[in-house]
Amino acid sequence: MRLARFVGYRLVTAVPVIFGIIVLNFLLIHLAPGDAASVLAGESGAATPEYMDELRHKFGLDQSLVMQFVNYVTNMAHFSLGYSYRNDTDVSSLIVERLGPTCLLMLTAFGTALALGIILGLVAATGRNTWRDSVISLVSLVAYATPGFWLGLMMIVILSIRLGWLPTSGYDTVGAGLEGWAHVRDVGRHLVMPAASLALFYLALYARLMRASVLEQTGMDYVTTARAKGQTERRIMTGHVLRNALLPIVTLAGVQAGNLIGGSIVVETVFGWPGIGTLAFNALQSRDLNLLLAIFFISACLVVIINIIVDVLYFTLDPRMET
Amino acid sequence: MRAGFARFARNRMALFGAAVLLCLLLLVAFTPLIYPNDPFKLAGPALQPPGARFLLGTDTLGRDVAAEIAYGARTSLIIGVGATLAAIVFGAVVGGLAGYYRGKAETVLMRLTEFFQTIPAFIFALLIVAILSPSVTSEIIAIAAVSWPSIARLVRGEFVALGGREFIQACTGLGASDSRIIFRHLLPNCASSVIAVGSLLIGTAILLEAGLAFLGLGDPNVMSWGLIISAGRAVLRSAWWICTFPGIAILLTVLGINLIGDGLNEALNPRLRER
Repeated sequence: MRLARFVGYRLVTAVPVIFGIIVLNFLLIHLAPGDAASVLAGESGAATPEYMDELRHKFGLDQSLVMQFVNYVTNMAHFSLGYSYRNDTDVSSLIVERLGPTCLLMLTAFGTALALGIILGLVAATGRNTWRDSVISLVSLVAYATPGFWLGLMMIVILSIRLGWLPTSGYDTVGAGLEGWAHVRDVGRHLVMPAASLALFYLALYARLMRASVLEQTGMDYVTTARAKGQTERRIMTGHVLRNALLPIVTLAGVQAGNLIGGSIVVETVFGWPGIGTLAFNALQSRDLNLLLAIFFISACLVVIINIIVDVLYFTLDPRMET
Repeated sequence: MRAGFARFARNRMALFGAAVLLCLLLLVAFTPLIYPNDPFKLAGPALQPPGARFLLGTDTLGRDVAAEIAYGARTSLIIGVGATLAAIVFGAVVGGLAGYYRGKAETVLMRLTEFFQTIPAFIFALLIVAILSPSVTSEIIAIAAVSWPSIARLVRGEFVALGGREFIQACTGLGASDSRIIFRHLLPNCASSVIAVGSLLIGTAILLEAGLAFLGLGDPNVMSWGLIISAGRAVLRSAWWICTFPGIAILLTVLGINLIGDGLNEALNPRLRER
């Protein structure tokens, strides 16, 4: 019952955020040089004058700004995100068919980064000021400064071109006609490098945060109490410290969701991964701003959803939380 | 503040970062002397591997990669520092107003800040550059637009914490004007934490710029590291050096700046000092 009320509360607070994103999208369209029709049709003049007039009429550009805004909000509320002139299809369907690969990539990278980051942070904190700590801290410092796309390119050079271990790009082997587990393994082999180059930065981030968080918790009074009760160090770590130390990681993971989507654009471009990132890159190349705005809107909504999930998770992890 | 810098100087990692940054600044300063020719101009045969004549090789158009990287350093630093300064000014205004006036203004401004922290930063930056058309200025605007919320939250927190202190109450009691309290007393007192957080923002800004330029949103008339990598991608199989060296330059620069930032954070932020 408490949980249901919390979920309801979070859903209600998400509404202004979604509305804000719509307002921001509207402002961005009007920020562009020229009128919205030329923005929506793409800059390089590929649209016919008839299409431009149709667009102007469709978006009511002769009407007042307020009316335009009302129309825009109504369209967005119906999830009618517009039409991609470049791709000659509806924007929503373009995005929906790309959602799967992107989610696969993001979840793999995120899961790996979270699991390994927590373990490495824990190892570094428990062996504070030993060689383990130094190595982990040094590696995470370097990883924290490495651009993901460059890491991806370097992996292609070494693992694909020199050693021939992994395929350079794509989602699966085209024309191989693999089915069942063979196909899963094929996709997995294609997934390794994109997921690794996306994950490394977050792995470093979580490891650093986890280390700091564990060190902070071990100084707390309840740890001294547990030790005084005669509990083993192992039990103190797993039973007491770990759960408390995880809380800031969960918070950060939610905050980072938006950045993960941004990072996947660059990484997908490097590896030709057929997700939203590659779609965004192609939209960028052809200056298909309407498609870009729709991708922005969808990914912002995705972030809001992830944040709600994270908050609910936090709520169940920490019974002290109040709405 | 002086004690803080003494602590900074004892931190070996931070000194290493400072050394890296110093080398970079020297490179930027002497680039016109070392490479007097336009980095966009042809320097020799195309796709020469690294060697005696071209230290880091040449690219597909026969341009010297080392010269391109040297000129790219200036672009990265200008955009990194420019965007961070813009973010600090804007973030300080928003956070300062919220933290000083409190009440309704605070609620509205902080909700706005949280909103900008929620939306996917990189896609937002990408959209801004795409709409304003790629140039150094629009890159700075875009990166600043996604970087200011952390500064705003920091400054608001500091203002709220300082607002209850006796010396601020004494100023109010003595009839000091709002602007005097803000500019003479509050802002100088949060300068050290803003410097510490801001120095870390420069690293993030340089990474963001590299990503934007890699996707083709860099200024087409200015050499940048992301641009070199994106141009070298097509010949990755035969000419690994074009992509490799600019990436190392990005890594070292961001690493150096982050180490300095970490050092400053430890030295200037008393709350973190015990760790």
